[in-house]
Amino acid sequence: MVEKINHLEMQHITKRFPGVLALDDVSIELKKSEILALLGENGAGKTTLMNVLYGLYHQDEGSIFINDKIIEIESPINAMENHIGMVHQHFMLVPNLTVIENIALGYFQDTRFKLDLNLVRTKIMEIAKKYGMAVDPEAYIWQLSVGEQQRVELVKALTLGANLLILDEPTAALTPQQTDELIELLKEMARQDNSIIFISHKLNEVKSVSNRISVLRNGKLVHEGDTVSYTVSELAEEMAGRQINLPKSPEKLEFGEVMLDMKDIWAYNDQGGWGLQGLNLQLKAGEIMGIAGVSGNGQRELADVVSGVRKVEKGNILIDNWNITNHTASQIIERGMGYIPEDRLHEGSLPGFSVRENLILKDYNSSQISSSIFLKKKVIDKFANNLIETYNIKCPDMNTSCASLSGGNIQKVILAREITRNPKVLIAAYPIRGLDIGAAEYVHNRLIEAREAGMAILLISEELEEILDLSDRIGVIYEGAILKVLPGRGTDYKEIGLLMAGVIDE
Amino acid sequence: MIQEFIVGIILGGIPLSVSLLLAGLGEMFTQRSGVFNLGVEGIMMLSAFIGFFVVYTIGSPFLGIIAAMAGGALMGLLMGLVSITFKASQGISGIGLFMFGWGLSGTLFRVYVGGVTTIKGINDIYIPVLSNIPIIGPILFSQNPLVYVAYLLVPVASWLLFKTSWGLKVRAVGTTPAAADTVGVSVVKIRYQSLVIGGVMAGLAGAYLSIAQAHLFADNITAGRGFIAVALVYFGRWKPAGIMGGALLFSMAHSFQRLIQVYGINFPYEIAVIIPYILVIVVLAFTWKSQSLGPLALGKPYDREFRG
Ligand SMILES: Nc1ncnc2c1ncn2[C@@H]1O[C@H](COP(=O)(O)OP(=O)(O)O)[C@@H](O)[C@H]1O
Ligand SMILES: [Mg+2]
Repeated sequence: MVEKINHLEMQHITKRFPGVLALDDVSIELKKSEILALLGENGAGKTTLMNVLYGLYHQDEGSIFINDKIIEIESPINAMENHIGMVHQHFMLVPNLTVIENIALGYFQDTRFKLDLNLVRTKIMEIAKKYGMAVDPEAYIWQLSVGEQQRVELVKALTLGANLLILDEPTAALTPQQTDELIELLKEMARQDNSIIFISHKLNEVKSVSNRISVLRNGKLVHEGDTVSYTVSELAEEMAGRQINLPKSPEKLEFGEVMLDMKDIWAYNDQGGWGLQGLNLQLKAGEIMGIAGVSGNGQRELADVVSGVRKVEKGNILIDNWNITNHTASQIIERGMGYIPEDRLHEGSLPGFSVRENLILKDYNSSQISSSIFLKKKVIDKFANNLIETYNIKCPDMNTSCASLSGGNIQKVILAREITRNPKVLIAAYPIRGLDIGAAEYVHNRLIEAREAGMAILLISEELEEILDLSDRIGVIYEGAILKVLPGRGTDYKEIGLLMAGVIDE
Repeated sequence: MIQEFIVGIILGGIPLSVSLLLAGLGEMFTQRSGVFNLGVEGIMMLSAFIGFFVVYTIGSPFLGIIAAMAGGALMGLLMGLVSITFKASQGISGIGLFMFGWGLSGTLFRVYVGGVTTIKGINDIYIPVLSNIPIIGPILFSQNPLVYVAYLLVPVASWLLFKTSWGLKVRAVGTTPAAADTVGVSVVKIRYQSLVIGGVMAGLAGAYLSIAQAHLFADNITAGRGFIAVALVYFGRWKPAGIMGGALLFSMAHSFQRLIQVYGINFPYEIAVIIPYILVIVVLAFTWKSQSLGPLALGKPYDREFRG
C-alpha cells in the first residue's frame, strides 16, 4: 500500500495544446487537512492542471512530488494508487449502471471475473456513515439529481481510497442551499485528515471554504496565499488581472416605440400543462426589461414562443407592429429578433462548427456573404476576424471549433453574432450563467451598449443582482404570467422576492 | 401433416440458427464495448476456409475449429489495430475487414484447393434412447455437437456480461468511456479484448458452416449471415437471450421458406425467399427507438485529450 498523502507539490508544470499554452510554469502545494482553492477565470487552466495531477493529461515540463518523493502519474490508475481522487466538472458516471456498479468498476482492478458487489456495498456504507452522507447504493445514476450524483462522485473517490480530493467547479450546478451543504461536508472531510483542492470562480464560496488560495490567470500562477489575508475584491482583481466593476445601466427617461408586444399569450409546457397563461408584456426600444422569477414559472416557454420554437395556442406577438405569432424561427429572425439562448452550447451555437461558421450562422443566406448558393469566403473571413477582434474572443484562430472554447468565449461568439445583426428586439436568457465575473462584466457592458443603440432587450435571469443592475423595468413572472411590473430603480430584493413567491401585497 | 410441417421447420431452423447465434453473441461483446464491427462476415468467411483447410489437410475437425477461432482472433486484433489504435472510422474499417476476409479466403481456396471438395467434418450425434422420443427426440437430442455448444454459450455470455467485473467494465466502456477511464479501466484494453472475443466467436461460427454444416468450402458460403448477425445484435437489444430469440426467429422463417418449396406449396418463390429478411428489417425498424438501452458510445473512438 502506498502511504497516504501528507504533502503534495506540483512544481513548474507546463502543458501545451495545439496553439494554446494552457499551463505556464505553475507550482502549487497542499498539506494534510488543508483546503486549497484554485481560483481563475474560464480558460485559466484550472482543469488542465488538475487533469495533469489525475493522470489524464501528461505535463510537458515539471514534476509532481508526494511526501517529498517525485512520482510519475501516467494515468488515472497511478493517481488512484497514490490516493488522489477527482470529481470532474462533468460527472464521470455511467448513467445506466447503479451506484454500486459505478464504484465497483474502479474497485476490482486486477480481478478479472470476480464481482463482489456486497463487498463494495459495505465499503460504500462505511464511507457514507463516516461523513454523514446519504446515498442509495442500488439507485441507477440516471435516477439521481445533480446534487445526488455529486455525492456519489465523492463517495466513489473515497471508497476507491482517495485522501486527496479534487473538485472541479463542484458548485456550478448546485443551488445556493446545496452549495452550503457541500461546503460543510468538505470541511468535515478535511477535519478527518483529507486534503481538498476546490476549483471555482465564485469568490464568496472560495472565501468560506478554503484555507489557502492559488490564483491562475491565462495559464500562469499569479497569486498564492492564506485565504484570510485577502478580501473578495482583491481576489477578483487578481483573477481578472484588472479592476472589476459590474456595470449598472445609466438612468434614462425617454424610451422609443413599443418593439415587442405580447398580448394574452397562452402556450403549453413540455409536460402538456399550461406554461404561459395569459402573459402580457410590452417592451420599448432602448429599454431593458428584466424578467425575474423562480425558474419553471414560464421563463423557458416565454423565450420559446418569442423565438418561434414553441406554438402559441392563443394570443398575439408583435415585433415592431408586425404580427409574428406562430411564424417560423427564420421568419421571426428576418423581422428583427435576436436571441441569446439559455443553452449556449446546443441552442446558441453549433459546437462542432468553427468560430467563423458560428459567427455567420444566421446570415448564410444574406446577399452580403453568399452569392446564390456559394459563400463568399474572403468577405466572411474578414467579417469573422473583425468580430473576433472587437469582441475579444479568445481562440487560436477562427477555424477552431466552438466546442473547444470556454463558456465565456462561446457566449462572446453568440453576442457578437446577435448584436452585429442589429436586431430590434433581443432576448437574453441567463446571459451570464456559469461565467466568471470578468466575462459577466463584459456581457453586461455589451448589453448596456445595445440598449444605448436602441435595442429593446428582454433579460431573463435568476440572479436578482443582475436584474437590478441592468433593468429599466422588472416584470415578475409567476405561474406563466407577469404578476407585476416594478420600476428598475428604487426596488429592493425583498419586494421582488415576495412577488416571485406569488405574494401580492397591495 | 401440419405437425410434420412444424417439426420440419424447427428441425431445419436449428442448424441455420447456430452461426447467427455464435457470431451475434460475439458481436454483442464488441458492440457493448463501443466498437461497431461490420466485418463479421469477412471473419466468418476466412475462418470457414481456415477450418475447412485444416480438416482437408490434417483431418482433425478439432484442430480445424481451433485454427478457425485463432484466425478469427487475429481478424479481431486487426480490426482493433485499425479502429482503436489508429482511430479510423469503425464503419469503414469493418467494411475493409469484410472485403479482406472475403478476398483472402476466395484466393486461398482457388490456389490451394481449386474445386469443390467435401470433407468429413463433424457429424450430428444421436443420443441413445432420448433421440428416439417422438418430436422432441430429433429436435433436442440429435443435433450437431456445435449446436449444443452454441446454445450453452447463451447463459455463459449472460454471466460474463452481467455477473463479472470484466463484463461490468465492458458495459461501462461502451457507454461512458471517460467514466471508465477515470477509475482506471483501460478503454483500449477492454475494447481489444471484446474485439478478440467477437473474432473468436465469428471464427467458430465460420468453422461451423464449413466443418459441421456444409462439409465443404465454397465462395460466399456465409451468404450474408455475418451481416445478419450484426443486425441481430440490435434486434436483441445487446442481450444474449434477445440475440438467441432473433437468431431463432430468422432461421425459422428461413426454414419455413425452404419447406414451402420442398412441399411444393403454391406460394411465389421470390416472395418466400425474402420473408426472413423483411422480418428482420421490420423488427429492427420497431426496436430502433428504444436506443437508450444500447451502448451510447457505440461507434465513437475514445481519446482522452479530445474535446468537442
Ligand atoms: N483537451 C484540450 N485540447 C485543446 N485545448 C485544451 C484542452 N483542454 C484545455 N484546453 C485549453 O487550455 C486552456 C485552459 O483550459 P481549462 O484548463 O479547461 O480552463 P479552466 O478549467 O480554468 O476553465 C483553454 O484555453 C482551453 O481551451
Ligand atoms: Mg474548467
